[in-house]
Amino acid sequence: MLRVFEFLAGLLFGLGLILSGMTNPAKVLSFLDLFGQWDPSLAFVMGGAILVGIFAFTLAKKRTTNFFGGALHLPKASHIDKRLVIGSLMFGVGWGLAGFCPGPVLVSMAAGHEKALIFVIAMLIGMVGFEIAERTMRNKKA
Amino acid sequence: MNIDWTHFTPWSSLSGGIILGVASALFILINGRVLGISGILGGLLPPKSGDTFWRIAFLAGLFAAPWIFNALAPSELITNPQIDADTVLLVIAGLLVGIGTRYGSGCTSGHGVCGLSRMSPRSLVATVSFMASGFLTVYLARHLF
Repeated sequence: MLRVFEFLAGLLFGLGLILSGMTNPAKVLSFLDLFGQWDPSLAFVMGGAILVGIFAFTLAKKRTTNFFGGALHLPKASHIDKRLVIGSLMFGVGWGLAGFCPGPVLVSMAAGHEKALIFVIAMLIGMVGFEIAERTMRNKKA
Repeated sequence: MNIDWTHFTPWSSLSGGIILGVASALFILINGRVLGISGILGGLLPPKSGDTFWRIAFLAGLFAAPWIFNALAPSELITNPQIDADTVLLVIAGLLVGIGTRYGSGCTSGHGVCGLSRMSPRSLVATVSFMASGFLTVYLARHLF
């Protein structure tokens, strides 16, 4: 099956990231700089996204299938553990160091920015390294 | 706290945010999955059979976005991104984002947008955590060191 829908969703998401200012690290960092010259714009990004998202997820929670009758994968995990908190704290430090999070940096890389490419390579190494560490730990336990 | 009014862009940021919300809404209702970038990307490392093509299609759309934006958007909306970090900092930050988003099961899109939209306590804790460490990191980098 041609994945036209996913392509369009990715495209729309990318356009939203660019229009919102999220793909400009300097803007992200001035949002995170509460005690400097603070640019609150990115709070509007989150606000706008959640304003729409809340309706969609309220509807999704009442359904068992997606609009085409396929599976609806709502996350089932509800426990709050060390992994969630430590992982998120680490992510925030990286976000605050360079001003990039995963979506915007991929868009920026595709636009041809060399610095974004360096970040993406390191991010992929981090993701693969994590996956390998996880598997090694799991095998040791088993 | 001083607000930087010259760079403040409430309308384009709000509109961009609404577009992110629409994309996430369509994704959960049509694809049936949470639109989370680190999860979509991480699911390809390594690729699993039958669970790969939609991820690549999504990423291809994401990669096409800057080209289409620059071709179609009015010039006053096109800004040149400013990336101040040097190579060492980019590598450290990239590693932290890669490991952290997989360990914490999500990033700004999956936890921040989708998670908060579905009122997940888990995503709220994640979002508060990465926002807090992001604020603290910038504070330390800009005002203490």
